[in-house]
Amino acid sequence: MSYIQNTDADRKEMLAAIGVSSFDELLEPIPEELRMKGAFELETPLAEGGVAELFKDLAAKNRPASALATFLGGGIYDRFIPALVRYVTSRSEFYTSYTPYQAEVSQGTLQAIYEYQSLICRITGMDVANASMYDGATALAEAVLMASGIKGGGKVLVPRALSPRVRSVLDCYLAARAIALEEMPCTGQGTLDLDRIESALTEKTAAVILAQPNYFGLIEPSQELSELARRHGALLIACVDPISCALCAPPGEYGADIAVGEGQSLGIPQSYGGPLLGFMATKSAYVRRLPGRLISGTVDVDGARGYVMTLQTREQHIRREKATSNICTNEGLCALSAAVYLTSLGEQGVREVAEQSFAKSHTLYRLLTRTKGCRLPYGEQFFQEFVLELPMPARAFLKTAKANGILGGIPLGEQFPELGENALLVAVTEKRTKQEIERYRDIVAGKGGGR
Amino acid sequence: MSKTIFEKSRPGRRGYRIPENDCPVETIELAGMRRTPIGLPEMGEQDIVRHYIELAAKNYHVDKGIYPLGSCTMKYNPLVNEEVSRLEGFAGLHPAQDEEDVQGALELIYRLERALCEISGMAAFTLQPAAGAHGELTGIMLARAYFADRGERRKIVLIPDSAHGTNPASVTICGFTPKTIPSNERGLIDLAVLEKEVTAETAVLMLTLPNTLGLFERDIAEIVGIVHANGALVYMDGANMNALLGIVRPGDIGIDIMHLNLHKTFSTPHGGGGPGSGPVGVATHLAEFLPVPRVVEAGGTYALSCAARKSIGRVHPYLGNFNVFVKAYAYIRALGGEGLREVSENAILNANYLLARLKKTYDLKYPGPCMHEFVLSARNLKKFGIRATDVVKRLLDYGLHAPTVYFPLIVEEALMIEPVETESRETLDHFAEVLETIAEEAEKSPEKLHEAPMNTPVRRLDEAVAARCPDLCCSEEAG
Repeated sequence: MSYIQNTDADRKEMLAAIGVSSFDELLEPIPEELRMKGAFELETPLAEGGVAELFKDLAAKNRPASALATFLGGGIYDRFIPALVRYVTSRSEFYTSYTPYQAEVSQGTLQAIYEYQSLICRITGMDVANASMYDGATALAEAVLMASGIKGGGKVLVPRALSPRVRSVLDCYLAARAIALEEMPCTGQGTLDLDRIESALTEKTAAVILAQPNYFGLIEPSQELSELARRHGALLIACVDPISCALCAPPGEYGADIAVGEGQSLGIPQSYGGPLLGFMATKSAYVRRLPGRLISGTVDVDGARGYVMTLQTREQHIRREKATSNICTNEGLCALSAAVYLTSLGEQGVREVAEQSFAKSHTLYRLLTRTKGCRLPYGEQFFQEFVLELPMPARAFLKTAKANGILGGIPLGEQFPELGENALLVAVTEKRTKQEIERYRDIVAGKGGGR
Repeated sequence: MSKTIFEKSRPGRRGYRIPENDCPVETIELAGMRRTPIGLPEMGEQDIVRHYIELAAKNYHVDKGIYPLGSCTMKYNPLVNEEVSRLEGFAGLHPAQDEEDVQGALELIYRLERALCEISGMAAFTLQPAAGAHGELTGIMLARAYFADRGERRKIVLIPDSAHGTNPASVTICGFTPKTIPSNERGLIDLAVLEKEVTAETAVLMLTLPNTLGLFERDIAEIVGIVHANGALVYMDGANMNALLGIVRPGDIGIDIMHLNLHKTFSTPHGGGGPGSGPVGVATHLAEFLPVPRVVEAGGTYALSCAARKSIGRVHPYLGNFNVFVKAYAYIRALGGEGLREVSENAILNANYLLARLKKTYDLKYPGPCMHEFVLSARNLKKFGIRATDVVKRLLDYGLHAPTVYFPLIVEEALMIEPVETESRETLDHFAEVLETIAEEAEKSPEKLHEAPMNTPVRRLDEAVAARCPDLCCSEEAG
């Protein structure tokens, strides 16, 4: 299969128009000895039907979480996605365009991203949001770089109960920088130890990171942490789940300076963890420190409203090594998905998603409190995800659960040895049904048969 | 102008409903509840569809016409790739699933990595980086780990003045100091200058091949030799790899680290600014530093391994933009080896065909032949009071997209044109004709260019106002 339209006859005439007798003459700048000898060792080409067949087979070798009752979370969630999201993002006007460098013929993308920025501001309660980052993890890393740039400080406090995946990315990004991450342990309740944080805060502390909810699903004392950070002159970076912001106080309400998070929950398929959507918002005062694209409303020469990319002197293509970040291509289409998702569900719908996730996770939690053998170490102050301690290794339990059509959660023992190998992180979204939740309980109670 | 979703909102309307809750709880009590409404719009499904169709109509896109943005490689995005990428067996996978349940995904990643190795001649690839600039950052992190492992402290990364802005920005984030080296009168790296600039302090030479002028560095063998003789590494920005498929393999000519843009060379759509994918390939001596986990194969079974002790860690929370991999791999399988070479041959042919015609009308600072793109200058129109911006705004009036303008920085009034291989000869002829007409207009009726665009959804926008008082968020009062 080839997507080239030139025919041999075209090529011949084109070479003549260029004034060369063969294509090889055009390769004159490439020294002969540097050119590839022989052909690629790649599989033979496939026609469209062959491609479709091959990928159907590859896909069939997977057993997608979406086809099972999945209680997997840890940052990526199985949620209802309106058909509208797929419809809009499948329009080639959106997916085959690029960064809106020519604003006059990119008003569709520009307005959609302006609306996305506004929606993120409303969800997070912040003043300004950028046009997107790669994912929540790199958004957090960029937030730390931004905070350190503002404060000139070299130390950032990071909670123990942060996604280990996010933490690894953070470590990787900061390895080359003079910014030290100091880990803040949890209390026995699985949440931040505020006394410990208070004693760790010094004038060198640029920022404190809050994960809300934290990796164990628990709600942290955001207001208290915010006051503590402010008292010591450190910035507060809130890393939040966007759906939880419909129920829980959003970063703007407790005075966070920078809010970031993973936006996959906003209408983006799980897709084996990519592409994702990093969102990033801040206070007006810090807008010129933000990385990434920013879209602004403006007017054209006739006074008509329109949209443009703005404050580009922050960006790499203008400022080069002095830019706030190196980011160029971001996650435009995922930001569009989020905008369509939030518009489709609207005020009531997003609240319902949050409330149902809360209600369903708490339903399972309460069923498990009455189930013999398991233990729930951390109490009920969680949003949609909680830690479950089984009477057996989590991995053994997961096997039984899967035999019953359930993906039971993420084992925690490896990344959090202090929790032991029996600990499991269980997520319950709005998509789970009462029947699935009861089946989960039955398996924990030892009543699940093989299937 | 289109009203915003906030202005179209009416209390009580719904665009989508999730199923009724079959597990209600009496009360929701959490410490620190949200005190205020979110302020999300309320619209019905039909009006939401109409809103986005209204916006869609205001976008130029590859499916509408030629999109010759230099350096961006706006080629055709095959439809079958979109179709297969949406299969539930890919889209519905959670990254924490057991390896036995994601064998198809791991196989795809493994095979794509192998194919990229074959195509580039590099020893190993990581697919984690989510875009080209992310790949650059990853590549520079690898260089840093390499030198740290050898106990060397090298601080400088040399970058030609024609480079993308992402190059120096990536280098700085990674704690290195970028140093610009000037191009010579042919637009290439000057060997004498390079000899002088490469010292024991130099960690990396970061170059783009072909460079952003669309020129192949003829002296690349000598360049690599100078850098290696000093114990430094050569990083190749592979944004322009679509010129070299089946013609030059970077691994064969001594490149140590490179990135590819799957959304450029390998036809995955640009999505209005992402998601992209920027895999990084390395030579053997750098493979042990690649991000983890790695996909490994044994006896037809695929697994994830974190065994690499010297790995830089993770640059992505999972394995990268998987959905983009599906499309890129579909592209490679559809084309095969022969087809990939045809991509570059036709990209080069199309570019030279346009160049041969347009250099009669516009200035050409660095003579060809070019590779997949070329940079003209509109400075010959300055005498009529016309700048590059005016030329490209007029192009929009003719229903075509503009080339990249004012880049690379070393060409005055630059028009950077990349026609790509999928455009037909007739499309190229039409594009050239329009650019010729515009040059005539510049002389005879320059006001047409100054006033352009007239036929677009909006006319020239006031960027100064936006920068002075940015309106970045639709205020609550607006709806």
